[in-house]
Amino acid sequence: MNKPVPQIAAADLPQAQARWEQEFAAGAGRPEPLRNRSGVEIKPLYTPRDWSGAAYADSLGFPGEYPYTRGIYPTMYRGRSWSQRQLIGLGVPEDYNARVKEILALGGSALSLIPCNSVFRGYDADEVPAELLGTCGTVINHVGDMERALDGVPIGDLSTAMNDPSPFTLLAFELAVAKKRGVPWTRITGTSNQSDCISHFVANHMFFRIALQGARRIVVDHIAFANEQVPGWNPLSIVGQHMQQAGATPAEAMAFTLCSAIQYAEDCIAAGMDPDRFLPRFTFFFDISVSLFEEVAKFRAGRRVWAKLCRERFGAKDPRSWRFKFHGQTSGVDLTRQQPLNNIARVTTQAMAGIFGGLQSLHTDGYDEVFSTPTTEAARIAVATQNILREEAHLTDVIDPLGGSYYVETLTDQMQQKIEAIIDLIDAAGGMYRAVEQGLVQKMIGDSALAFQKRVDAGAETVVGVNKYTVEEDPADYPALDYPDRARMDAYLTRLKAFKAERSAAAVDKALAALAAAAQSKRDNVFAQVVAAAEASATHGEICATLRRELGFGQPLTIV
Amino acid sequence: MKHERPPKVIVTKIGFDGHDRGSRVIAACLRDAGMEVIYTPPWQEIPTVVKLAMEEDADVIGISSLATDHLIVPRLMDALRAAGLADIQVIVGGIVPAKDEKVLLAAGVAQVFHPGAALDDIVTAVRALATARHAKQGAAA
Repeated sequence: MNKPVPQIAAADLPQAQARWEQEFAAGAGRPEPLRNRSGVEIKPLYTPRDWSGAAYADSLGFPGEYPYTRGIYPTMYRGRSWSQRQLIGLGVPEDYNARVKEILALGGSALSLIPCNSVFRGYDADEVPAELLGTCGTVINHVGDMERALDGVPIGDLSTAMNDPSPFTLLAFELAVAKKRGVPWTRITGTSNQSDCISHFVANHMFFRIALQGARRIVVDHIAFANEQVPGWNPLSIVGQHMQQAGATPAEAMAFTLCSAIQYAEDCIAAGMDPDRFLPRFTFFFDISVSLFEEVAKFRAGRRVWAKLCRERFGAKDPRSWRFKFHGQTSGVDLTRQQPLNNIARVTTQAMAGIFGGLQSLHTDGYDEVFSTPTTEAARIAVATQNILREEAHLTDVIDPLGGSYYVETLTDQMQQKIEAIIDLIDAAGGMYRAVEQGLVQKMIGDSALAFQKRVDAGAETVVGVNKYTVEEDPADYPALDYPDRARMDAYLTRLKAFKAERSAAAVDKALAALAAAAQSKRDNVFAQVVAAAEASATHGEICATLRRELGFGQPLTIV
Repeated sequence: MKHERPPKVIVTKIGFDGHDRGSRVIAACLRDAGMEVIYTPPWQEIPTVVKLAMEEDADVIGISSLATDHLIVPRLMDALRAAGLADIQVIVGGIVPAKDEKVLLAAGVAQVFHPGAALDDIVTAVRALATARHAKQGAAA
């Protein structure tokens, strides 16, 4: 016989919950408390006693309204989908151009550009081992390369997000191309991704061997120049992704990113800029791990903390300054070499976390990134994953669909507390630059990375196919993307030599001297001279070398 | 019982890439396992690594590669041989496609570790390589 369904009167709710707690304890025993990656204890059930909704107006509000917990735009995905911005870039400029044209023919409206790692590190192609060139991004060293990369691409009509680390020569080359083509800079839109110099010093060390304080100067000048001359450009993308990939917990990654953003904002204010001018052009870039609810709470809490910082700490008055715009990338660290097709399920889960978290732009990883740069098939599945989630699973029908969940709201509050506690810690250390120079941030990230790896090795953290549910297999069977053709790279190097021989050496010398003078002066804009040098056919390596000489040589600040 | 000296390991990165989560975790783990670990930040030049290995009399060099820097490991192997350090064992860990792993092994790399490798397995392998080198040195002495 079925038990009668108990009807609970509202007044009896506390007793009813106590009854359930007893039943749960009897049934489940007293298991060890669960914790998420950020260390928040996770209970088996959340109820109105955890989150009653009484604070709805203050802590949630409505999409597009302060404090933006439910999203930064009133319409969110009902108005417009997130941008599907897959990263591309390999080989020589012509290879990139061919791939861009394919994407445009398929209806793409936003581009990305990943330069070769040699570019990140401030080298020209003729300074480095040739076998590494173009294996992780496109080799772009001067304005001529950018002309070929963007041949036939209407740069005034689409957004170009470039992985354009300091000193932002890729934007300089694009602006030089625009000028040659008669496209006004006011029509150039996009983002300098990887422009957050702090994250490079802390986590992934992809910078051009400049000292941290030199990089600090360049980033502020870059923001000032873009605000004035290229108003549709987002000069700063503050990166949490590097730090979370390096091992920071989701709460740490969000907190450190906000601490970097505080430094950039305060530097801009100190340089005399108006917060309501530069803050609307700040963007963020985060990792999305497979820890779904934790990631959703991370993003919702981050939005709330940033809005408050902008309004109260920086005194921004324009609501556009308070909006926390971010790009998300599914976490490569979560992917496994074992049973690699399982990675499609992981990427799907990560993408869902990002979408429920309210991102503006999404890159989904190829399942084969543990073997090599993604193959064409894996890249296609990654894009299809986004389309399936949006149009088959209807994830976009309702704005902030997890909002109001007792669990998600409680977790959002708890993640916010964790994030704010870390911000207080970094503030007490004298801000993010000081904390990085002391190694404090690197130590916290390294400790978290090692702790997580030890949990995986101990089986406390399941990784399917690695420490549980393993199968006999030969992962060596998986195909890897071919490296760029060496003959094409040799031809590139020949052309680089010719480019250097044919340009006006006097014009290059003059531009580099002006760059050096700007770096030495305290008030001239360094980035304006980077652009002028690019227009005078100076190469990336030459610009980087000049700035290093004037602003100091720097190395990774890394410890064990 | 004869005194065993602990394995001496250089954990480093050569080439362009600066992602150091793997190298830092491995360095900390080998150190916790009782080895003498010389950890360098990323961006090392090959001659610097060779010089360090010579000065420190390292048993093993561990190279972390996540973004194709393993493609210049054969240059490191050549440089070690040229310096008369062919007995120093080199291991590589990170994203290394299968076709490249064959090239590295043919160039003299002792072992390649891929994502998902257990820390314990890496410790065991490094210890075995160092012990074998010590044994050879003992026999030659």
